[in-house]
Amino acid sequence: MTAHSDFPAHSAFPEPIEEAPEPYEHYLNHKYGLASWLLTRDHKRIAILYLISVSFFFLLGGAMAVIIRLELTTPEGDLVQADIYNRLFTMHGIMMIFFFLIPSIPSVLGNFLIPIMIGAKDLAFPKINLLSWYIYAIGGLFTFYALLTGGVDTGWTFYAPLSTGYTNTPVVLVALGIFITGFSSILTGLNFIVTIHRMRAPGMTWFRLPLFVWSHYATSVIMILGTPVIAITILLLGAERIFGVGIFDPKLGGDPVLFQHFFWFYSHPAVYIMILPAMGVVSELIAAFTRKPVFGYHFVAFASIAIAVLGFFVWAHHMFVAGISVYAAAIFSALSMLVAIPSAVKVFNWTTTLYKGSISWDTPMLYALGFIGLFTIGGLTGVMLATLGIDIHVHDTYFVVAHFHYIMVGGAIMGYMGGLHYWWPKITGKLYPKFWSKVGALTIFLGFNVTFFPQFILGYLGMPRRYHAYPNEFQVLNVMSSAGATVLGLGYLIPAVYFIWSMRYGKDASANPWGAIGLEWETTSPPPVENFDKPPVVTWGAYEYHESRVQPSLPPPKQEVMRVT
Amino acid sequence: MPPAQGFLPNAPLFPPRASEMAREIDLLFFTTLGVTVFFSTLIAVLIFYFMVRYRRTSPTQVGVYQKGGSTGLLESTWIIGPLVIALGFFAWGARIFFAAARPPADAKQYYVIGKRWMWKIEHPSGRREINELHVPRGQAVKLKLTSEDVVHSFFLPVMRMKTDAIPGRYTTLWFNADTLGTFHLFCAEYCGTEHSRMVGRIIVMEPTEYERWIGGENMGGPSGVASGEDLFVAKACHTCHRTDSTARAPQLSGLIGKTVHLEGGQTVTADETYIRESIVNPATKVVAGYQPIMPTYRGQLSEEEIIQLIRYVGSLKQPTGVEPAPAGKAADRPAESPPSPNEGAR
Repeated sequence: MTAHSDFPAHSAFPEPIEEAPEPYEHYLNHKYGLASWLLTRDHKRIAILYLISVSFFFLLGGAMAVIIRLELTTPEGDLVQADIYNRLFTMHGIMMIFFFLIPSIPSVLGNFLIPIMIGAKDLAFPKINLLSWYIYAIGGLFTFYALLTGGVDTGWTFYAPLSTGYTNTPVVLVALGIFITGFSSILTGLNFIVTIHRMRAPGMTWFRLPLFVWSHYATSVIMILGTPVIAITILLLGAERIFGVGIFDPKLGGDPVLFQHFFWFYSHPAVYIMILPAMGVVSELIAAFTRKPVFGYHFVAFASIAIAVLGFFVWAHHMFVAGISVYAAAIFSALSMLVAIPSAVKVFNWTTTLYKGSISWDTPMLYALGFIGLFTIGGLTGVMLATLGIDIHVHDTYFVVAHFHYIMVGGAIMGYMGGLHYWWPKITGKLYPKFWSKVGALTIFLGFNVTFFPQFILGYLGMPRRYHAYPNEFQVLNVMSSAGATVLGLGYLIPAVYFIWSMRYGKDASANPWGAIGLEWETTSPPPVENFDKPPVVTWGAYEYHESRVQPSLPPPKQEVMRVT
Repeated sequence: MPPAQGFLPNAPLFPPRASEMAREIDLLFFTTLGVTVFFSTLIAVLIFYFMVRYRRTSPTQVGVYQKGGSTGLLESTWIIGPLVIALGFFAWGARIFFAAARPPADAKQYYVIGKRWMWKIEHPSGRREINELHVPRGQAVKLKLTSEDVVHSFFLPVMRMKTDAIPGRYTTLWFNADTLGTFHLFCAEYCGTEHSRMVGRIIVMEPTEYERWIGGENMGGPSGVASGEDLFVAKACHTCHRTDSTARAPQLSGLIGKTVHLEGGQTVTADETYIRESIVNPATKVVAGYQPIMPTYRGQLSEEEIIQLIRYVGSLKQPTGVEPAPAGKAADRPAESPPSPNEGAR
């Protein structure tokens, strides 16, 4: 088992951190005890609380995926009953989307890093930050309780009137859990926006911000504007289910398509809540592991904003075959094409950044490169789905399932894993084994593709999603997919093991184990309670990997002079 | 799964197709797939090449600092290029979608009701079947879909077509089968416990064989229009919706497809959804010049009965009698003379 060879930060960079005295006080050891965690206002400790809770839901959601894939190895629905199967995929979706993917990167990595990256002591509202974790936890408990009492079987989309008038499962309980958790998103988004506006260190101009911060800014805008809509939708759903107020069910005088409009008005932008932060992580990783500024920084930054804005105008592409007018369908199809462009801009800029870089093959970079490849496939198949003529055939088939798993798992989770591996030494002050982390990354990449690639073909062949039993001719591809899922599941266990192992047995990390640029690498690992010993003053843009920073005798880049304003 | 065995090989990579539209959709699908593969491969090859070519060789090495950074030319190339391609997809896809939304005038109209967990299908002749759809080859077939309960989706992979069956309204799916055979019919919108059992078959037959099949069981049974007419009388619709000048309700002859002027100045095109709404929710859209006196029939009519009434209304010709009724065998009956008021009074 090999450990990371520490990059000699002192020799390479002009402002090295003097090695902290052993032991020094940092955010992990300045207080002990459960109360010091549950009542903390430190954004770093709150990030750890989130890390533990989202990991719990990831484990639950993953366990359900295992049973789903096991069921689908045979065409007959013979492992679990249809009702159980329906609850499994519903709860898998709900756990993964609302309780893992949406909070994962923003609430764990964003919470930990945004204040440090902009040179602040904490978020703008530390108590609200803690409150938002408690709200998340309460929402999670509702949903977890609903799971223990059997779970719901409506699909994570809660389509009416199935959810309001037909199912006997505790829809209101789960919907309440999601409703409550939504407020956690809103508060986190609010906190981030205020922090980014008001708490930047002297010299940290908007265009010196790391792209991670830009993408979280865009994400926060969606959280604040979109989440209230799902809250309203859930209230209306509850009003119809509990009180029989006719809103969605035609038997009561309602309109089921209206529910789909409401639902997707939030749930499509929610996709960007999940992917934008991962894009931010990837921008950081690409810069750090090529030791180059991100190519087209401004374009990448504004692409995040463009995605956040355009993302609000494409929701009805989930409803092309739901009897909406052909003209509405055409407009939403065209708008959906537009949202693909900023994503393409990011992919091209990241790829170009690699050109003439100093490319390291460290584990976080493997995840970042995996992200680019898989996100490209996920994005382009998304363009195919937005094409009206194709959607008539592949809508609600496994083609869609494969597409959004390429975005969610291949994109968002790859980004999250890459980010965890990149900042783990900073968060815990410990290094994890290099060899096993690469084995883990490659296993996950391989397992992912074997799991989800066959599903594209299944969808084109016509296998509808959410099928408990299916025609025999789909079995070969389903068995392939299940085999891949086994590899993928094992792949996720590898990092789980060595991360936990490293907390006790890992070698201590230096302040800057990757030789990266960024304020988070200018403080100790783990950082002190107030993040920096001295409040930082920023004189460099993000990612200024210029030779003059390696050899201070060289003149600084001209561009930098222009940027200081 | 009942329909699985026999008619499909064990593990196909290419699904069967049985219409010209399916061929067009496949062409579009594989063109866009080609573009997807091209760009994915391009990115993957570049990543692997750069990874190896520019591999870090010493721990202190930094990347080559790009003085100019990105150029406007490069950025606009990869903004405009993908935009043009994506809008090309859009235009092509929209053309097919519009064609798929506009059935030809001579299409035979079937009615399909989704119900947890089965498909109830009514042929133009009035013959009904469940989970099986027999259609003649070479004849445009138009399905009017609705649902008794939750949202379903009628999915014919062989035609590359699907449309949701939505309670409270009628949606349309049409195709023109050109290949004989038996193919899958799926419910594609999740609808509860037995969603994956809400499957069936579409059977494409030679037209002569279809005529024989449809005639075989239909002798003696009432057609949809006939039972609609009986219902029209039984529910006393005819006491108000009459053709003479004393009518208290609008005339229904030649209604389908007409533009109707409503109280309040709005207009609506009279389609199946409008007629259905006027039966179950008559106060919502009141025809200009009439009083909202019609009682609601919500809960008193099954979806089948509503469809029968719609078919009957659709069979009523314009007073001038120029256009023959489109609903298949409906033309056989003297539909243009509505029953006299006394005939059906209880």
